[in-house]
Amino acid sequence: MTGEAGPVIRPYGDTTGDGRVQLSFTLPVPFGTEHERAVAEGAALQLAAKMGLEPAMVVHAKGMGPAFTFFIVYGRSSHLVDLSEVTVAEREFPVLPAAEINLRIRSGLGREMVVLGACIGTDAHTVGIDAILNVKGHAGEKGLEYYREMRVVNLGAQVDVAHLVARAAAEHADAVLVSQVVTQRDAHLAGARALADAFSTGMSGGGASGGERRGRPLLVVGGPRFDPTMATELGVDKIFGRGTTPREVASYLVHTLTPEPAAAGAGS
Amino acid sequence: MVRAARDLARIAGQPIVDMARSHSTVSVERAVLRLAGLDGADEGGMPWVNRLVDAVRETTGLEHGVALPAWDALVTGGYPSLSALARDAAAGAVKFRLPEGADAAAARAAAHAALARGFAAVDTRRAQREAIIGETSDPPKPWIYLIVATGDIYEDIPQAQAAAREGADIIAVIRSTGQSLLDYVPEGATREGFAGTYATRENFRLMRAALDQTSRELGRYVRLTNYASGLCMPEIAALAGLERLDMMLNDCMYGIIFRDINPRRTFIDQRFSRQIHARAGIIINTGEDNYLTTADAVDAAHTVVVSQLLNEFFGTEAGLADWQLGLGHAFEINPEVPDSFLLELAHAQLVRELFPDAPLKYMPPTKHMTGNVFGGYLLDAFFNLAGVMTEQSILLIGMMTEGIHTPFLSDRDLALENVRYVARAAGRLGENFRPPAGGFVQQRAQQVLAEAVDLLRRIGADGLLNAIADGTFGITRRPADAGRGLDGVFQRADGYFNPAAEFLEGQES
Repeated sequence: MTGEAGPVIRPYGDTTGDGRVQLSFTLPVPFGTEHERAVAEGAALQLAAKMGLEPAMVVHAKGMGPAFTFFIVYGRSSHLVDLSEVTVAEREFPVLPAAEINLRIRSGLGREMVVLGACIGTDAHTVGIDAILNVKGHAGEKGLEYYREMRVVNLGAQVDVAHLVARAAAEHADAVLVSQVVTQRDAHLAGARALADAFSTGMSGGGASGGERRGRPLLVVGGPRFDPTMATELGVDKIFGRGTTPREVASYLVHTLTPEPAAAGAGS
Repeated sequence: MVRAARDLARIAGQPIVDMARSHSTVSVERAVLRLAGLDGADEGGMPWVNRLVDAVRETTGLEHGVALPAWDALVTGGYPSLSALARDAAAGAVKFRLPEGADAAAARAAAHAALARGFAAVDTRRAQREAIIGETSDPPKPWIYLIVATGDIYEDIPQAQAAAREGADIIAVIRSTGQSLLDYVPEGATREGFAGTYATRENFRLMRAALDQTSRELGRYVRLTNYASGLCMPEIAALAGLERLDMMLNDCMYGIIFRDINPRRTFIDQRFSRQIHARAGIIINTGEDNYLTTADAVDAAHTVVVSQLLNEFFGTEAGLADWQLGLGHAFEINPEVPDSFLLELAHAQLVRELFPDAPLKYMPPTKHMTGNVFGGYLLDAFFNLAGVMTEQSILLIGMMTEGIHTPFLSDRDLALENVRYVARAAGRLGENFRPPAGGFVQQRAQQVLAEAVDLLRRIGADGLLNAIADGTFGITRRPADAGRGLDGVFQRADGYFNPAAEFLEGQES
């Protein structure tokens, strides 16, 4: 679809082209006296108009405490949507549902996937790695420990890089996840480089993915201040920035470590 | 069958109690110092209780408890306070020893006197709660439970007061993500947190004071809840007792499963923390609802009942009365499942009948809240209906934007409108429509109970720690020798002395 000229469309209420939409919002205005109510509804209509909803109708308004009013508004959007101008951010891997991630590991790897996690160096902030690994998870998604086909070893904070390399070898880790929160004097970048160096000298490189053990585990780094485009420069396989969810990480791991499932039926 | 289930829970739980009675932890020892009045932190923010316990641990060890060496040093060193002692100890300027004879007796007496003052303060807080409830009123059940979580205590306070005015009977201040993994309790009023606000003594005090004001304004006592879970269960329990919190999440299974906290550590911590809650008149909330966010709510329904029976045993053993056992469960069955509402009713009714005097905590749907806020609002209404029909005591109010963002002001208002409508329209539905004998609902309840009895029997045979290691709860495997905090566990030596335990085991009051 991308690149083709698409039609111009409007929201659909009950008639093609009617442009009707609904929205709800709260304004910090009182809704007590008759005058206050009139002002509140007028304020809501003004906001709707500025959002491109004209004409608009306040179908519900309710005071919440002495200082706030909640509104439900219906209106006609004056905006047009040009489908040819829609751009879709291309991700190098699809984000999969948990069940499919487990299935891909089972069928593609034929054994459990071993994931090692740690905060390295002096960084004691485990919030990031715990959000990705703990069952508790993050942003409504369970962490990697929740995936039946993954074995997660969380080494916690202030792990020495040499120790991490040794544990990765001992556990036959498929992937090593390191989070770095502390950024004073670019500590996060130095940490990532130290990680890459230690693994390139501490373990033999290369090897096939899939059913075979890789010589070196996949190196994944994450933290709120990382630039995701710097992976190659830092010598790691992947960088995740702020707002990454556990399922994105899990999807990346299966995408990279397990072969694509054979195309079914009539093909892709 | 119910009696058999309770007997089996006792058999399964007793080895854990025996372990807790023969061991202690760094957090138990720090809680003793907190109850004795040691507050504050060093320049780096590390609490003095940590510094003092660490210093004792490095010299005499903790096998005899922190109290004997600490109060011996206090008495013989002529220190005016525990904090003065802690400062010197942190600087390496105190030589601790295990006193004997008359010296030991003097140290014990001094420790005993300090803890007597601490428990007097806890008892005063408890009496204060009764007094304020008397002068305002105790709201009828179900109590409406709402959450605030801005990260900034000074932002939380007006939100909590607004929520109380909108109808909340209980305010829970969600903790900052990851506080359960800190092996110390932060100090002071805090203004930043990750998706929650740190549990500190000062934050507890500020919020309780604000809610007292609101309680008087509304003529209705508004309860305050926080979380005694994680690596500092006993310490947070002590602070909750000292600052008159009213309910505490207290269930070490949550820490084990969701935070990979070592099972031994946290079961030992849990017992002591529950003893403190018992003394403080605090209602605990347990976290069985959490299992259903990872496991399937139909397949794993019996694990909730098993855990509730175990929590009842552990809680009662620690001195909690039935009215303090806020056992948890949840409305988490996939709405696509046929008869899902009937299954929910069966589960909720079973729990109500098993624990007739417990203030059951019923949690709203989270797992099947898809982002369709309209569908979610409907699901929350059904949750409210199940809650009022089966007379649940504490209803955590579901937000239609669950899983999207922390609730908007309007989300909370709509949620309260939802529960008020259901309670008004159908509050007496339960007494008017009983499930027919031998019908689907009753059969399902019987089936869940039978599965729970089977599982309890297996746990009794294999040991609870092994069951947890095998992933029985929340389908997560947690071996007894792994996880965080195991290095803070030690076996009690002969002559172990805990001056707080003397008050809590009921030998003194």
